[in-house]
Amino acid sequence: MEYAISVLLSGISVGGQYALIAIGYTLVYGILRLINFAHGDVFMVAGLIGIYLSASGIPLYLTLALAIILTVILGFTIERVAYKPLRSAPRMSVMISAIGVSYLLQNTATFVTGGQPMNYVKVPALSKMVSIGGASTSMVTVITPVLVLALVLALVMLINHTKVGMAMRAVAKDFETSQLMGIKINNVISMTFIIGSALAALGSILYFTNYPYITPAAGAMPGLKAFVAAVFGGIGSIPGAVIGAFIIGICENVIKALPFEGATTFVDAFTFALLIVVLVVKPTGLFGEKATEKV
Amino acid sequence: MIQKKKVSRETLLCLVGAVAALVIVTVLENTIGPSGQLFIVLKKGAVYSLAAVSLNLLNGFTGLFSLGHAGFMLLGAYTYAILTVPVSAKDAVYYLFGGSAVKFSLPDIFYGIFGSEGAGGMAALTLGVLLAIILGGLVAAFFAYLIGLPVLRLKSDYLAIATLGFAEIIRAIFQWQALGPVTNGANMITQIPTFSSFNIRLGSGKTLYLATFFPFLILILCLVVIVMLINSSYGRAFKAIREDEVAAEAMGINLARHKRLSFCISSFFAGISGALFAMYASNAQAMVYTSTMTYEILLIVVIGGIGSVSGSVLATFLYVACSEWWLRGLDMGKFLGIQSGLFRSGFRMVVFSVVIMIVVLFFRRGIMGDKEFTDLLFRRRKKQKAKEAAK
Repeated sequence: MEYAISVLLSGISVGGQYALIAIGYTLVYGILRLINFAHGDVFMVAGLIGIYLSASGIPLYLTLALAIILTVILGFTIERVAYKPLRSAPRMSVMISAIGVSYLLQNTATFVTGGQPMNYVKVPALSKMVSIGGASTSMVTVITPVLVLALVLALVMLINHTKVGMAMRAVAKDFETSQLMGIKINNVISMTFIIGSALAALGSILYFTNYPYITPAAGAMPGLKAFVAAVFGGIGSIPGAVIGAFIIGICENVIKALPFEGATTFVDAFTFALLIVVLVVKPTGLFGEKATEKV
Repeated sequence: MIQKKKVSRETLLCLVGAVAALVIVTVLENTIGPSGQLFIVLKKGAVYSLAAVSLNLLNGFTGLFSLGHAGFMLLGAYTYAILTVPVSAKDAVYYLFGGSAVKFSLPDIFYGIFGSEGAGGMAALTLGVLLAIILGGLVAAFFAYLIGLPVLRLKSDYLAIATLGFAEIIRAIFQWQALGPVTNGANMITQIPTFSSFNIRLGSGKTLYLATFFPFLILILCLVVIVMLINSSYGRAFKAIREDEVAAEAMGINLARHKRLSFCISSFFAGISGALFAMYASNAQAMVYTSTMTYEILLIVVIGGIGSVSGSVLATFLYVACSEWWLRGLDMGKFLGIQSGLFRSGFRMVVFSVVIMIVVLFFRRGIMGDKEFTDLLFRRRKKQKAKEAAK
C-alpha cells in the first residue's frame, strides 16, 4: 500500500513537471503550428543556468529567480533569431530551424560543461523529506501538483480575461485576420515564448531536484514526453496538456514499478506508443478542437 | 530526338563519374596506404551519403517529413549483425545470454559451400555479407510497411513526431534484456565482418586494399537505383505529391499507395546504410541510433539542398570531412596555427551547429537547391538552345 502510494505520488509529481513543459509546447503550437523541438533543450539550459549561477555564489533564491529570468530571455531570443525570419516560409523550414536550435543548444551545453554530468543545486525547501500515508517522499512531490494547478488557473485566467489573452486566442484562431485587426502578432508570439520559457524554467527547478545530475541530453526526453502530453490532451488546449501530462507521468511510474524484467526499458517506449495510438484513433486529442482543412 | 540524346549524355557522365570515383578510391588506398583520416572520411561519408539520400527521397522528393530514420538504420544494422556473427564467435559475443538463439551465420553457410580459403572464401564472404545487407534493407522496409499503415495518414509535423516515436520504441525493444539471445540486450554485437574484411592478402606479403572500395560500390549501386526511381513515373508521382497532395490525387495518383511505396523504399535504403554503418563501426549497438542521429542526417540533407541527390552526397562528404578531419583542431586546442583556450572538446560541434543555423536561416535552399550536378553542367547549353529557339 505504501509502495503504491509512493508510486502514485512520484507519478503525480513527474506529471506536474511534464505539465509545465507541455504548456510551452501547446501554446506555441496553438499559435505558430510549430513543434518547438528546442523547448526541451531550453528546459535543460534552464537547469544549467541555475547550476552556474549558484556556483558563482549568488544566494539560492535569487539564483532561482535569475535562472527563470535568463531562461525567459533565452526563449525570447530564440524566437526572434531563429523563428521570426521564417514567418512566411513553409512550415517544414521552421521545424528544421527548431531542430537546428535544439542541436545548437545541446552542443553548446556539451562544450560549456565539458560533457560532464553536473550536480543540480540543492534547494532545501524542495528536497526536505515528508511522510504521506506512510510513504516518505520529498517536499517537491507535494509542492509540484499544487503549484501546477495554481499556475494553470492563473494562465487560464490570463488567456480568458485579459487583452493579451484575447489577442493570443485570436492569433491562434486565424493568423492573418488577427493581423488585419491590428493585433501585433510578433508581440503576441513573443509573449507565448516568454510564458512557455518561464514555465519550463520553473519545471526544471522542480524536475532536476529529483535527479542527481544534468547532462546535455537531459532535456530531450522530458521535452518529447511533454509534447506527447500536449498532443494527448489536444494540442492548443492548456487544461488538456496538463491532464495529459499527469496521465503520462502516472502511467510511467506505474510501468516502472511493474514486476516484470526489463520494465524500465519500456518507460519511454510506452509514451510514444501512446502517441501513435492517440494520433491514429483521435488525432485531436482529449480536448482539442477539430481543425478544418482548407484547400 | 534532341531531348533523348541529352539525357543519355547526362547518364553517361554520371556513370563515368561513378566509375572514376571507384577507381580513384581504390588506387589511392593502395598507393598511400589504408591508414589516415582520408579513408575514415571516405568510408563514413559513403555510409552517411546513403542515409542522407534515402532520407531525401522521403523528405525532399515525396514531401513526407519523417524523423524515424535512425530506427530503420538500427533495424538494418541489427539484421546484418545478427546474421553475420561467425558461429565460432557466438558464445563469446552472447556470453551474457549463454549463446545466441540464431544458430547460423550467413558467411559461414557460404564458406561451407565455397570453402573458406582463397578466392572461394572471398566469394563466400561477399555473398554472405551482401545477402545480410539486403536482408537488413528488407527488414527495415517490412517494418516501414507495418508502421506506415497507421502513421502515413498523418500530416507533416504529426507524421514527424509519430515516426520519431516509432524509432524510440524500436530502440527500446532492441535493448530489452528478454530479447538478449537474439539482440544481445543492451550490449553491442561485435566480431561481425567489417569493410577491412574485404582486403585481399596477396601471396607476396602484399595486400590489395578494398576496404573503401566496398562501401563506395554499394553506395553507387544504391544511388543508381534511387536516381532511376526518381526519374521514373513513380518519381514524378512522388514529386507531384510533394507539390500538392490534393492536385496529385486529382491527377489520378493513388496517394496512399505512393506514400507507402516511398516510405518503404526510403526505409529499405536506410536499412542498407544501417548495415553499412554497422560494418563501419564494426559493431551494432542500439544506443547509437538515437534521434540525434536522425537530426544530424536531416541537417546534412538541408545543407545539401532538399530535393537534390547530388547535393546530399556532396554535403555528406563535406560534413564528415569537417567533423572527422578538417575541424579536428577546434577540439584539440590548435586550429590553423592559432592556439586558444576556446578550442577544447566540443567546440567543433558548436561551430558546426552555428554554421547549420546560418544555412537554415539565410541559405534555405542549401548548396544545390533542388538542382543536380548535371543540371548545373548543362545549364549553359540549355540557355543557348532556348535563345536559339526564341530567335
